[in-house]
Amino acid sequence: MKSYLPLIIGMGLVTYIPRVLPLLFLTNKELSPKLKQFLQFIPYTSLSILIVRGILNATPDMLFPTLIGIGVAGIFAYFKSSLVLSVLAAIFSSYIAMNIF
Amino acid sequence: MNKKYIKEGAIAALPVILGYLPVAIAFGLLSKNQGVSFKETGLFSSLVYAGASQFMALDLVKAGVSAGSIILATFLLNLRHVVMSASLSVKLNEVKKTFLPIIAYGITDETFSVLSFKNEKLTMPFVLTFNILASLTWVVGTLIGYLMGEIIPSSLQASLSISLYAMFAALLFPQFKIEKRTMYLSILTAIIYITIYSTKLFTSGWDIILGIIISSALGVALLNKNEEVSEN
Repeated sequence: MKSYLPLIIGMGLVTYIPRVLPLLFLTNKELSPKLKQFLQFIPYTSLSILIVRGILNATPDMLFPTLIGIGVAGIFAYFKSSLVLSVLAAIFSSYIAMNIF
Repeated sequence: MNKKYIKEGAIAALPVILGYLPVAIAFGLLSKNQGVSFKETGLFSSLVYAGASQFMALDLVKAGVSAGSIILATFLLNLRHVVMSASLSVKLNEVKKTFLPIIAYGITDETFSVLSFKNEKLTMPFVLTFNILASLTWVVGTLIGYLMGEIIPSSLQASLSISLYAMFAALLFPQFKIEKRTMYLSILTAIIYITIYSTKLFTSGWDIILGIIISSALGVALLNKNEEVSEN
């Protein structure tokens, strides 16, 4: 049987390096206000992209349940529900959406 | 004082645990079905610890793609963590430098999202507890999936796999109430990403990185208020 170890180690390295370098070089550095603002916008832009990507990449039969799940979670969280409760409500409603339609 | 942060870290990890478990189980099951050994499946999840690229790797191995190409594809797909890690560095001033390499290991889309939207400064015991629980769930879930993934009905698995997107939405939407411009930023980002996506010019990985950089930069140009940005 073929060994996956070299692949795993290689993948581990190229995943870890992008995670560690910015932390080591940027933490506790004085950054210009514009750069700081840019970095502070990243959580919003990356989350938006991950959500849109999830919708764009959903298989046709999963598209509707995915939209329902995202919508329910967003609405629950918007009206001050906890993160866990919002996620549970989303799972529940997408499960129903999947089995009804 | 430490006890309080550890408890907070554990509570913050709950939604991530809920999201990771089914995806990790699915990975373990798939890995087994593809003939990867139990030990190597465990190493996959503990050394790589990146959901999307692990699934992609299994897929590419099956298609006969070389290890070098898979590693390159993984690199491109995970390069987005450069911007996430850079963004997180602004919030980690209270953490000792020696712990940064350990914290870096735990940065994923999910942990980054939860940590970014935490309102207070991040303390070391909080981040460590949170990260350890998240990565442990990923590894243990993978092994559970390898050993007994078949017993979970596929319809339940499918709806559980939505939980990660649900968590992203549950983190993002309440922010619109706090700061209205973040809503405009999200709409702008969605339009930009859909445009990039539909050109089909960029491979998976580059499309995410470009989308993040272009929309964050446009955000600074269009939505930057002259007043000082609030701390953390």
